[in-house]
Amino acid sequence: MTTNIHVNPIKPSTLSRITKMKLYHIAGKTFLYAIIVFSSITMILPFLWMLSASLKTEMNVFDFPINWIPENPVWSNYIVIWQKIDLLLFYFNTIKLTFIITTLQLVTCSLAAYAFAKIEFPERNLLFLGYIATMMVPFQVVMIPQFIIMKYLNLTDTHMALILLQAFSPFGVFLMRQFYLNIPNELSEAARIDGLSEFGIYLKVMLPLAKPALASLGIFTFVFVWNDFLGPLIYINSNAKKTIQLGIRMFISQYSAEYSLIMAASVCSLLPVIIIFISAQKFFVEGIAMSGLKG
Amino acid sequence: MTEKKSKSKKGKAIIQRNRITAYCFLLPNFIGFFIFTFIPVLAAFVLSFMQWDSANPAKFIGLKNFELMFKDSSFIISFWNTICYTFTTVPLTIIVALALAVALNNGVKGITVFRAIHFFPHVASIVAISVVWQFLYNADFGPINMFLKTMGINDPPRWTASVQWAMPAVIIMSVWKSAGYYMVMFLSGLKSISNQLYEAATIDGANAWEKFWSITLPMLSPTMFFVVIMCLINSFKVFDQIYIMTEGGPGRATSVLVYQIYSQAFINFKFGYASAMALILFLIIFIITFIQFRFQEKWVNYTN
Repeated sequence: MTTNIHVNPIKPSTLSRITKMKLYHIAGKTFLYAIIVFSSITMILPFLWMLSASLKTEMNVFDFPINWIPENPVWSNYIVIWQKIDLLLFYFNTIKLTFIITTLQLVTCSLAAYAFAKIEFPERNLLFLGYIATMMVPFQVVMIPQFIIMKYLNLTDTHMALILLQAFSPFGVFLMRQFYLNIPNELSEAARIDGLSEFGIYLKVMLPLAKPALASLGIFTFVFVWNDFLGPLIYINSNAKKTIQLGIRMFISQYSAEYSLIMAASVCSLLPVIIIFISAQKFFVEGIAMSGLKG
Repeated sequence: MTEKKSKSKKGKAIIQRNRITAYCFLLPNFIGFFIFTFIPVLAAFVLSFMQWDSANPAKFIGLKNFELMFKDSSFIISFWNTICYTFTTVPLTIIVALALAVALNNGVKGITVFRAIHFFPHVASIVAISVVWQFLYNADFGPINMFLKTMGINDPPRWTASVQWAMPAVIIMSVWKSAGYYMVMFLSGLKSISNQLYEAATIDGANAWEKFWSITLPMLSPTMFFVVIMCLINSFKVFDQIYIMTEGGPGRATSVLVYQIYSQAFINFKFGYASAMALILFLIIFIITFIQFRFQEKWVNYTN
């Protein structure tokens, strides 16, 4: 039997087949990386152009070939925009809205989702179906009746209108419920036997376990409110109440030729989202994967 | 008998207690949901049969809004623009997203970084993004056209300033913005495909392309199903980038459904007419979702 090993030396043709396969493999890998690197560059380039334009003089914004790193960066652009528009006020308004709406949404959604996931009551499925069904209705359909309701409540041109509309998302309830469903019921049963009230179970058992879901929902809401354009566009008229997105839009229409200033303002509006994104990237990805799960 | 009776009484008491607890948990969300989402959904339906501007009282006019709509050239153009936008954007986005996801899923090093880079445009504010692209697209001195000129194209498209190229310009930017988002969805779908299937196929001598067609695509169908619906729905709702980059122009070249709804409602204050248009948008979205759900068994392959 042992002789068999000697009888079967690797034929030269097999050898060349192996190197050929290796070559194919390397070529394939190179091709893959080429695609990914190319598309990554495509994704980043507009942002780099934005950053670089924000540090140039109006004269040099459109220089070609593009001067990616300006020789004499005009840092003063970043000072001038705070004086030209009320960027500080817009920042403050946006931070206020984002903070209030995100907090409210975390509270209302995590509470409601607990009822849908962990308490059995007769109307549960029917009510949840109502939530799911309205998730399907696009915002553009309800925005007109919502506006009329706000008009009757005398809340147009107030931040309250935006807060009231965005503090109760059916999507948030759906997302939190998905997460609670994966927490075993034995945990809450044990807590119940230990004499914890239902609210105690929610507060002391569920919420600590649901931190990743809360983080995902919180970050989604933060980014949504920070970037929201149509909502404020409909409700906010007075300059003192404008959000940063509306402020920049206003700035564009007033100073349409001051490209580098517009770019500097845009970079300022992106910064908080960039910081949140870099520090909490994991939760974005998890949140998306979670919302894509079958219910 | 008495024991059974008291038991059911006890059961009822538990149900009642559960119900009260559940409603306590639900209430803060439900009040807001009911007033600001549920009622508006019903009201949108009713409004579409009314004539209402902010000055005069509302008047029931039956189907007149819909009749008016089909004679209104702005609506018809916007409708076709939306269809054209959707049926270009959706396939492009899905092909790009899927290709990137499959590429990244091939044991590429630094996947987190690449994923983050592709995902970022989705997170960045649409206002900032639209403004940058507006500058990039600038017909006379924008970097895109300058680049095309150095490539030997002497007469590059005038992008957002031209009737033919404004829509493609918006589409390219939209694909760029959302491909990474759907890529993340595809990536999580790809992760759930068992490696054994690929190993078995390798033993059978299948090449990469065959593996993609006979394993990846079928196994990915639940994700594909979800992504197609999401992408279609989002495309029908396109508004922000159009409002900021082109304001529906030049002419009516990029006027889309939501742009019409917005301007009829909040510029012309024709609440009833705008609601009728919104109802059409809802119908389209409802039909897409319904068809997809109806036929999903035929092509969706659930592993469990």
